Amino acid sequence: MQYLKYLFVGVFFGIVLVKSEAVSWYRIFEMFQFQSFHMYGIIGSAVGLGAVGIWLSKKVGVKNSEGRPIALPAKEKSFVRYLVGGSIFGLGWALAGACPGPMYILLGTGAFSVGILLIAAIAGTFVYGLLRSKLPH
Amino acid sequence: MDFLLQPWPWYVSGPLIASVMFVLVYFGKTFGMSSNLRTLCALGGAGRYSDFFRFDWKAQRWNLMVVLGAVLGGYISVRFLSTGAPIALSPETIYDLKMLGFTNAGNTLLPAEIYGWDAVFTLKGMGILIGGGFLVGFGTRYAGGCTSGHAITGLSNLQLPSLIAVVGFFIGGLLMTHLLLPLIFG
Repeated sequence: MQYLKYLFVGVFFGIVLVKSEAVSWYRIFEMFQFQSFHMYGIIGSAVGLGAVGIWLSKKVGVKNSEGRPIALPAKEKSFVRYLVGGSIFGLGWALAGACPGPMYILLGTGAFSVGILLIAAIAGTFVYGLLRSKLPH
Repeated sequence: MDFLLQPWPWYVSGPLIASVMFVLVYFGKTFGMSSNLRTLCALGGAGRYSDFFRFDWKAQRWNLMVVLGAVLGGYISVRFLSTGAPIALSPETIYDLKMLGFTNAGNTLLPAEIYGWDAVFTLKGMGILIGGGFLVGFGTRYAGGCTSGHAITGLSNLQLPSLIAVVGFFIGGLLMTHLLLPLIFG
């Protein structure tokens, strides 16, 4: 039962991403062509509201459901992994038109060929795990 | 009710995505969809091959529930909350896509030229899905996050690593869209 709330969060997330068309390959292509404000508006307003909300929550000391101050884990300091890893992801994002969240959502919309994409993404993560010690971070 | 069936504008969708992040932060979690790929590896026994996958994946079950919900959400939106009207892409995008051989741009969420079964079972089509998926899976873990973890959560938390990652997302994305897609489809 404690997990049920996460199921609802996921349902809500899935609906928002379909209704915003952010799961569409075409919208990603259009974004990287700078031909519409749509995707920038989505990401920009999410980040804008997110930044104000997080800042305000920390400032007034909002507690989470477990009674502890809200906190977001800091990412480790590095440059190479974020730029190189990010660029590799960007190549895949623009080719497949789907990032990890939309893959599951698209499966739900009945686009079952996305399953191949998902299996390949799992394989990509697996290979990263194998090579991790040899990659610059 | 009609507004629910229409596409939701960015100024509705963006704040709703932020609310997903807030709800997860309130529950003491973080919004990050690509972590599930690592969890799925661990679940499949990848811990035998790399200690990167030797972690307590059971602590990530909540995120797998988000995944399950996302699948359901996808189903609900096309089944009950859609009119089936085409996506209002910009005319330039439709024109550019036509030049690349994509017809009916925006009539469905995904182009049949990539995701239709006829395309999937060609060498090129299979290569695109496997290559694209692999790059996403490899890149997100190398970068330590994807759109939800870095672009939404990390930027909201004003983290420099996430800004570097998002710059990377755009370097890769622009390279693919402007240089490689014309080679692949041209």
